[in-house]
Amino acid sequence: MDLGLEVSERDGWAVLAVRGEVDVYTAPRFRERLIELVSEGKHRIVVDLEAVDFLDSTGLGVLVGGLKRLRSHDGDLVLVCTQSRILKVFEITGLTKVFSIHDSLDAAVAGE
Amino acid sequence: MTNGEYVELEIPARPEFVAVARLLVSALASATPGIGDDRVDDLKLAVSEACTNAIEAHDAIDTDERVIVRCRDDETGLEVQIEDRGAGFDPSTLPDHPPVTDPDRLKFERGLGVPLIKTLVDEVEFTSSPAGTAVKMTMRRRLDDLDDS
Repeated sequence: MDLGLEVSERDGWAVLAVRGEVDVYTAPRFRERLIELVSEGKHRIVVDLEAVDFLDSTGLGVLVGGLKRLRSHDGDLVLVCTQSRILKVFEITGLTKVFSIHDSLDAAVAGE
Repeated sequence: MTNGEYVELEIPARPEFVAVARLLVSALASATPGIGDDRVDDLKLAVSEACTNAIEAHDAIDTDERVIVRCRDDETGLEVQIEDRGAGFDPSTLPDHPPVTDPDRLKFERGLGVPLIKTLVDEVEFTSSPAGTAVKMTMRRRLDDLDDS
């Protein structure tokens, strides 16, 4: 199963664009990439979920762990997501109140 | 899927096979009249959660036994049962997470699978013993989903 993890920079934020399915098989690679970014000193990260086809609670766990790690460095992790089937997982678990979720990358880096 | 059909899949208890279980169940649910696209996605997510728990249960006791996915269609809907040979658990004793507004919520990266399953499917029944766990999930047919199927 293919998982795409592409890193770019935008207005002082590291942008991690995730593509494919995030589950118990692919989540470890996603977690490692986030941890690498934090150890490289990137403490403001946007995770772009627009090209994610599927995300289950293991993916949520990676994001919760990433947010915890970044907050301990006075940083932040925000999300870009407009797909209703992915947003639903955040809504059911109440994590829409934990994460800042934006409609676009522009809005995410502008804090809108 | 037509009424009364029965499909069974055995998967090795390894993470890369959860996608295979999802693929099977979403294909069967899509072919079941009265289960619309949104509810196919819900069932697919619930199956992923149940299979993940099953694989972790096998990993915890280091067994090579397979995880079984049983699907049965009847007049009420599609029933999917995930069976493992792990050490069992009591779903009623799972700890509650702190409220999402509590900063301590971030200490919990796991444990969302069972609450998600309970929310996503129409009926769920956990049967667990030291010999293993079966999670039986049912998605009922709905008249307002008939046009989607």
